Amino acid sequence: MDRLYGTHKPTGLVQKSILAVGSGIMSIADPSRDDMISIFGETTGGLALKYMQEKMVIDPEGDRILKERPIINSKTVDLEYLKTLPIGTLGKTYSNFLGKYNLTPDARRPVSFIDDSELAYIMRRYREIHDLTHVTLGMPINMLGEVTVKWFEGIQYGLPMCVLGAFFGPLRLGPKHTAKYLHLTLPWIVRTARQSRSFMNVYFEKHWHKSLNEFRRELNILEPPPKI
Amino acid sequence: MFIRTLSSINRFSLLSILRTHSTTSNTTHFGFDEVPENEKQTRVNEVFSSVADSYDLMNDIMSFGIHRIWKDHFIRIVRPDPQWNYIDVAGGTGDIAFRYLKELDRYYPSAASSIPLSESPITPTHTYIADSLEQTRIRPTSKCVVADINPNMLAVGKQRSIDNNLHNRIQWIETNAEELPFEDEQFDVYTIAFGIRNCTHIDRVVSEAYRVLKKGGRFLCLEFSQVNNTLLRYFYDQYSKTFIPPMGQIIANDWKSYQYLIESIRVFPKQKEFAELIRSCNFRYVNYENLSFGVSAIHSGYKL
Repeated sequence: MDRLYGTHKPTGLVQKSILAVGSGIMSIADPSRDDMISIFGETTGGLALKYMQEKMVIDPEGDRILKERPIINSKTVDLEYLKTLPIGTLGKTYSNFLGKYNLTPDARRPVSFIDDSELAYIMRRYREIHDLTHVTLGMPINMLGEVTVKWFEGIQYGLPMCVLGAFFGPLRLGPKHTAKYLHLTLPWIVRTARQSRSFMNVYFEKHWHKSLNEFRRELNILEPPPKI
Repeated sequence: MFIRTLSSINRFSLLSILRTHSTTSNTTHFGFDEVPENEKQTRVNEVFSSVADSYDLMNDIMSFGIHRIWKDHFIRIVRPDPQWNYIDVAGGTGDIAFRYLKELDRYYPSAASSIPLSESPITPTHTYIADSLEQTRIRPTSKCVVADINPNMLAVGKQRSIDNNLHNRIQWIETNAEELPFEDEQFDVYTIAFGIRNCTHIDRVVSEAYRVLKKGGRFLCLEFSQVNNTLLRYFYDQYSKTFIPPMGQIIANDWKSYQYLIESIRVFPKQKEFAELIRSCNFRYVNYENLSFGVSAIHSGYKL
């Protein structure tokens, strides 16, 4: 098989199986190996990526994203401009989010083990909008916030990595968070994920100036539960 | 490539002097962290150890532990002698050198405490302009020299030698195998194990080996080679291509290096061709011995 995109590493079925099993084990055994988590996602996500592709093609904005293939990194997103936007807009909130948690949009691992150029882009887009998903849903980076976002992504996209993370992540929550999770967060996020537009179809880069509340209304996102 | 003598005691005392002049308290920098000085060496070693540990684990997994048998056999063929000047090139983490010293101790236990020092003094560390390359060359300061192009591997090797209590018997030197910094005819035995494949010009490495060996000295190379049996070679190829890069990704987080590994094995000259190459550098009585059906091979030649 030839290389279909820059970071492509062509692999056969046996190799993918080795990677899937090995990365699955290593992700749990050594959670600091974030490359293992992303490889697990790539090797198990084939079917889900095709499902995501179908949903993107039939939506006009999603189709546009597939054609233009926008990329989110520090070169394509003008972080300085985002800082100047008024408070309460998507762009400003995103900029604050990155600053608060000391993140950069460049931190996403490149896709290597998906043998289709468009599906590889969809996986890349999924990774790159993860932080924006956090912002749009209003979820922090703590364990509860991550699990919530994983539920959202698992329901909307069907990626096995998200579903597994959503199921097993809560096992590590403390008692206070577990209570909140079960009674408030989980019902809310399941309802939201099923009602709202698929985030893969959202061309975030065109909505920086929008007020976050208006943006959420457009996407049909329900009011998040109050913070503890 | 710069050539530096890593006489370890000098280098570390130099570093500690710099540190005390550049920080305000008894702390120093470890990346972005600020740590107490005595902690830095430990932390540095942890970083290097974690990388080298996964390489060792990979060696074990790829060869099912057989690389240890190969290396043990290799040293038995070398048959260490306490009077020899020995150099192991591309020997970064010290696998071969430690085996050499341990084998030496096994057969000559009293020699361990009575190693004669070399005649010439340690090279001064001031800089000067030399008139010719020959003037910059040095003599070994120990009966056992380990040379490697990669300072990280050398650092791990040094730490391991401290753990194994062999620290003061080895001279560690960072250098390119194609241009060794030693004077002519300094060594009785030259070994290179699983390193020559990575060098850009194999013939230059062998020529350098010839240059630094004394008359009567022996060149020994342990390296991956060609499996001579067709059926076995098919299974070996399938195994390599299918298993090694993914295992490299999972264990060492490095697909590319292990992809490179399996490709470089196939690009390296076969047993007979490599023997011809060694002969062309004026070595005599060149022969080879296959290990594990040719998965690896030991080549040997004498400078006469």
